[in-house]
Amino acid sequence: MAIAEELAKKQRAISVAEFFEKNRQILGFDSAPRSLITCVKEAVDNALDACEDASILPDIFVQVARAGDAFLITVEDNGPGIVREQIPRIFAKLLYGSRFHVLKQSRGQQGIGISAAVLYSQLTSGKPTKITSRISLNDPAHYYELIINTKVNEPEILVERTADWDRPHGTRIEMEIEASYVRGRRQSIHEYLKSTAIVNPHARLTLIEPDGNIMVFDRATDIMPPQPKEIMPHPDGMELGTLIKMLRYTERQKLVSFLMNEFSRMGRKTAEDICKDAAIDPGEVPANISHDQAKHLLGAFRKVRIQAPPMDCLSPLGEDQIYKGLEKEYDVDFISTTTRAASVHSGNPFIVEAGIAFGGSLPKEDRIEILRFANKVPLLYQQGGCAITHAISDINWKNYELNQSGGNGIPVGPAVVFVHVASTKVPFTSESKDAIADIPEIMNEIKLAVQEVARDTKNYLSRQKLLERRKDKEEIIKKILPKMVVKVSSILEKEEPDIRPVIAKIMGNVLVQREVTPKADGCFVSLKVRNFDEHARSFKLHELFKYEVLDAPGAKVMKVGNSTSLVWKVSLVPGEQKVLCYNIECSGTPELQAPIAEGIDEEVITGAKVV
Amino acid sequence: MIEKDELTQRKLLHLINGFYTQLENGEIPALLLPTRTKANIAYDDDAEVWVYGERESTRSAKTTRGAYQLLKTSYVVDFVNTQLKQAKSSTLRELYYISENWGLAKFGEQQESDRLIEDLEIVSELQREDFHIRPEEDGASILGPLRIREQTRRGTKIIHCQDDVGEAGYQVPCNVDALEFLEHDARLVIAIETGGMRDRLIENEFDEKFDAIIIHLKGQPARSTRRLMKRISEELKLPVAVFTDGDPWSYRIFASVAYGSIKSAHLSEYMAAPAAMFVGIRPSDIINYELPNDKLTDQDIRALHSLLSDPRFESEFWKSEVNLQLELNKKSEQQSLAKYGLDFVTDTYLPERLTEMGIL
Repeated sequence: MAIAEELAKKQRAISVAEFFEKNRQILGFDSAPRSLITCVKEAVDNALDACEDASILPDIFVQVARAGDAFLITVEDNGPGIVREQIPRIFAKLLYGSRFHVLKQSRGQQGIGISAAVLYSQLTSGKPTKITSRISLNDPAHYYELIINTKVNEPEILVERTADWDRPHGTRIEMEIEASYVRGRRQSIHEYLKSTAIVNPHARLTLIEPDGNIMVFDRATDIMPPQPKEIMPHPDGMELGTLIKMLRYTERQKLVSFLMNEFSRMGRKTAEDICKDAAIDPGEVPANISHDQAKHLLGAFRKVRIQAPPMDCLSPLGEDQIYKGLEKEYDVDFISTTTRAASVHSGNPFIVEAGIAFGGSLPKEDRIEILRFANKVPLLYQQGGCAITHAISDINWKNYELNQSGGNGIPVGPAVVFVHVASTKVPFTSESKDAIADIPEIMNEIKLAVQEVARDTKNYLSRQKLLERRKDKEEIIKKILPKMVVKVSSILEKEEPDIRPVIAKIMGNVLVQREVTPKADGCFVSLKVRNFDEHARSFKLHELFKYEVLDAPGAKVMKVGNSTSLVWKVSLVPGEQKVLCYNIECSGTPELQAPIAEGIDEEVITGAKVV
Repeated sequence: MIEKDELTQRKLLHLINGFYTQLENGEIPALLLPTRTKANIAYDDDAEVWVYGERESTRSAKTTRGAYQLLKTSYVVDFVNTQLKQAKSSTLRELYYISENWGLAKFGEQQESDRLIEDLEIVSELQREDFHIRPEEDGASILGPLRIREQTRRGTKIIHCQDDVGEAGYQVPCNVDALEFLEHDARLVIAIETGGMRDRLIENEFDEKFDAIIIHLKGQPARSTRRLMKRISEELKLPVAVFTDGDPWSYRIFASVAYGSIKSAHLSEYMAAPAAMFVGIRPSDIINYELPNDKLTDQDIRALHSLLSDPRFESEFWKSEVNLQLELNKKSEQQSLAKYGLDFVTDTYLPERLTEMGIL
């Protein structure tokens, strides 16, 4: 027998379950603490997805209990439940799922997650996974005990029966696994649920820790996030191989209808333009398109303007929800959030959302905390390898009042930066979905989003500074200066001077000072108006009295009942001073009210009443 | 005395009048002061001491900090003015406590009021003695062949600082300008940092053997002590030797005696004795005498580096000694000379060093 034939005997297909049995680190089971988090995370992600699909406000219960050397994990939801015959395959067959062939945002995608957890459980504890599920009050609850036959990647049912359950609908999973329970660091069940609560403010999450400690992350809102819709792929960023595959297997008979029906945002006009640009007959049978023609088609996709993909396949959180989520979990002074418009990477629409929580009780000297999310799932591991971290490190934070040694890297300051990338397909760096790959389009959007909220923060801070300066100035003019004037005058035994000009100068105000000089036939009145501000000021100045006006150059004179009104229009550049004067008929000292200013803010004028 | 008080009052009122005029003219009250940092001291060739340079900073009521300072200044001037009128005096500490009643103008800590008094000295070109403000204690003492006359509150006293005093010596009063030097048999003045070393010199009769006036500095010397050394140095034309530990803080003590201190550079002309010489301990002594030593602390190292950029220490001697000390990473105390016996310092170290320096 030839050697090749000898070798051929040993060659056989490997089931995916066998593969992951031997390579479980790929799926996030590489350390004892992490395995626990991964199992809980897969169950909770599924629960949230199920509730969302059924428009049910999620109420999820997580218990981690000691079972000898191992841990018993229980995750229970109030979701729609699973029909009986699907239960074994969903939990005990890898790569079985409803979402793989669908273009819309969801937490799970490949159908590996929960069955991988089941696999890990049976490997480490040797025990089956117990599932209870009920789809409505009219149906009984079904109870299963399952393991995966890894040789063929098929479920093996050990126990199957109906059961009593107090929930009208929902699913409960119990797994025993070898793991270790950690607390007090970012990579822990507690932190994972806290982050999940931030990004799912409509969910109530309850955790019972091994020591019996109960923690509830309550909802911040009763509003469900919008349901993402299924869409067709968008031509932007389409790859040649994918296009050729689509052309080969489509049932459409004409190229133009293929384009119109199997891509999003492709109307008849656009489809025809593309055919024309690619110099292919729109009536051509798609299966007959040659390799070269497919290339032309791809070229045409880039040249012809195609509307951005629809956003309704995505379910971003929205600025308000991010705000509520951050507000709920952090004690801070300021929060800014943003949701960017949709973009596309490799034909997949995506949206980046960002938030920043600043000040309050956050530590000032530590590096900022980065909360990373992909399709509403917190990313806990490999922060250093993630596009979110890279984009944040690339920003020059000195422009936004945070310290950053050497002009790059994670900045230092009392801030938490939140970034959520929502996409029909989030490009993870690995199957364990820990970090987002550095796709330039995504990096760029993250950067823009974070810069947007950082700019808000900076504006907030400079506003705070301004207010503080204003408060300082008020302390000077209302408290300190008056005391100083009294003291200085008393030491010298002199009369206290009028300090309004000094006040105007300190405040950067417009100052109005009136001086009255009695004359033989009446009074000469002058209004000295000076702008101490660094901005030009324009306003109207009124004098209202019951005396006869002899002259008032530059003023509009009006009779109001038996009073006379003088009005000047005053415009002053910074530092400029003008003198307005008039003569009135009166005997002795006239009774004059304070001058009236119109069209100027009260806090920028001294010596006149503002109306 | 009365005339001097009137002059002081006039100068202080002039300052307040400045504020008044500014307020009256619609200007924001402000005070111009020299910047009191190491970077702003300059060598005065005539007086041969370090004084404040040209750099000035404005203390203005534009900022809350500045406004509070000016308010407090007004209150302090009012207080001093009243005190002068009533011919009374008070201590720095009393002033700090009196400010308790000043409301907004109250001082947060004594350092702040002490500093404000120094500021007043600078702007008025007077001394705090002129304000009738004394330090809480001075404590320095002298012992040696010198006869003085002191105007005390209880009459004029004539005292010989060797024959008429006990082992503690003659206590230096706050206002040394009220002292008169009558006669002396001294060849030199030796100022000593620590009490233990002072006692050693007295026990070994250093003052009698070498006709020396021994002054105890007690750490960073009080103003009156420095003023006294300045007067002895100039009026009696006696060489002044400063004997300290071998660490950066001691070098600063020497610098404030010989060159003037940074904190009171405005008084250098009045207090610094440029003829004063540094006897030791020198870093090179640590090697030459193989002195017992300690490792430098991080603070010591920082202080030594700071000396390297201090204009007062910009001589070859200090540069090489400071660098040597940094290299050795060691410091020694005066008393480490006791390694060679209790009499070594008085019989060998000091006579040799003083001869070498041309003092003996």
